[in-house]
Amino acid sequence: MTENIKIAIIGGGPAGLAAALGAYKQGVSENDILIIERDSCLGGILNQCIHAGFGLHRFGEELTGPEYAERFIKQVEDTKIGYVTDAMVLSMTKEKEITYISPSKGLVHLKAEAVILAMGCRERTRGALNIPGSRPAGIFSAGTAQRFVNIEGYLPGKEVVILGSGDIGLIMARRMTLEGAKVKAVCELMPYSSGLARNIAQCLDDFDIPLKLSHTVVDIHGKDRLTGVTIAKVGSDLKPIKGTEEMIECDTLLLSVGLIPENEASKGAEIEFDKITSGAVVDNFRQTSVNGIFACGNVLHVHDLVDFVSAESELAGRSAAKYVTDRIKSCNKSITKPTGGVRYIVPQRYIPETVDEKTEFFFRVGKNYRNVYLKVFCDGKEIMKKKLLRAAPGEMEHITFKGQALDAVRISKELEITIDEEV
Amino acid sequence: MEKTFTCVVCPIGCELTVNYDENDIIDEKISVHGNSCPRGEKYAKTELIHPERTLTSIVKCDSSTLSMLPVKTSSPIPKEKLFEAMKLINTITAKAPIKQGDILYKNFVVDGVDLVACRSVKV
Repeated sequence: MTENIKIAIIGGGPAGLAAALGAYKQGVSENDILIIERDSCLGGILNQCIHAGFGLHRFGEELTGPEYAERFIKQVEDTKIGYVTDAMVLSMTKEKEITYISPSKGLVHLKAEAVILAMGCRERTRGALNIPGSRPAGIFSAGTAQRFVNIEGYLPGKEVVILGSGDIGLIMARRMTLEGAKVKAVCELMPYSSGLARNIAQCLDDFDIPLKLSHTVVDIHGKDRLTGVTIAKVGSDLKPIKGTEEMIECDTLLLSVGLIPENEASKGAEIEFDKITSGAVVDNFRQTSVNGIFACGNVLHVHDLVDFVSAESELAGRSAAKYVTDRIKSCNKSITKPTGGVRYIVPQRYIPETVDEKTEFFFRVGKNYRNVYLKVFCDGKEIMKKKLLRAAPGEMEHITFKGQALDAVRISKELEITIDEEV
Repeated sequence: MEKTFTCVVCPIGCELTVNYDENDIIDEKISVHGNSCPRGEKYAKTELIHPERTLTSIVKCDSSTLSMLPVKTSSPIPKEKLFEAMKLINTITAKAPIKQGDILYKNFVVDGVDLVACRSVKV
């Protein structure tokens, strides 16, 4: 079967839903938008994030994941924007031809005028860490365990060790405990947790779960089912210290060790990627290096808060709408340059004359900082200096420009953002 | 006496310092520092006098599309009753159709708190 559509959106999670609504509100008809979702319902990962903490920025109240998702799903259903579920995208090309399969439609070739990539991200696995030892059952990524518990209703184990103290690991420590499992320890390679302070308080401290900083898993035991893990202290070089090994008996190991944008489908479109974010290189409209292909949400760069995913995706949706009505033309793009402790900047490109007071530049730093200066240079000239009381790898920062600084950005070829530690 | 808490009200997670008279722990005699909003002050006082948490979990769902329904308490419940609440949750089955916000259990663990559905289920 061959279909044609104006705007195809790959992924029906928070990014895809907001992108669809952004395009619709910009004037694209509901019949000209199609969301392609591989799960049996819309909402994406929010459906399994049953804890509260979503929507404080956007709605001014604290919602659970399913509640946050439903606000967007309802709008998509009320506006009758098209969507197909149980549909898996197999490939896409730079000509914006998408091939997907679904039980209801079979194999479909979809020719789109614009494509919005909104596939989200995937968890790093044991393979990415090279943990030695046997290969028994009982080792899960934290998100897989979250799905088993919250969607399927199965508890994947009873005695648990968690490696990684990001928010997903912390949330799962509480969740497994409430459901009757014993969480024996949360190990973190770094000397600090990348999770929110409040999650350490309400997920670990509330239940007396020990957080072992500067510790990692060095061996895995068990033949059919996991019987235990050996953990060890690590030095400042992050390598295990001999003699500090300690065996913990457990039947389950959860890994919460980072997220990677899920860009397999985008690779066929020959778009340019950013090596640091593992997402596409985009401009301030969230357009990739291929005209008419846009990217937003966690497939572009991993966000901390869904509220920012929604805002970014609405922007990508509006941009795609402008593209199909031919109001964004291809033009020369300037580049952003992260230096001095700034790991990456999104967008990586910008069309200088289109930057305005609302244009946000997002970035992440590589380590913890206190009382440093954030400096911005346009073509080598300092245009902004701002004190940062603290900055951490786990917290995305963003800046906007106004007045003279904005005037400078609007004629610049290169925008450099840096951290200056010499105050 | 002085105690410190990490505020769990929002993602900022302020470090709260609470000063109080241990022989007379009443609202008026507690001072809170380090909070960046009024909710932090309220949290610190509650945390000192009687800690509370909002519970989110799942209940069995009688539906052809969803096996577990996400639920939450309509307001925070005493922290020490979390496990008692989980026992009660495991006895509840919700039947589709369900609308988000539907009350599944009235006076859940404490009077005036309800267990509500976080997701709508059509069939």
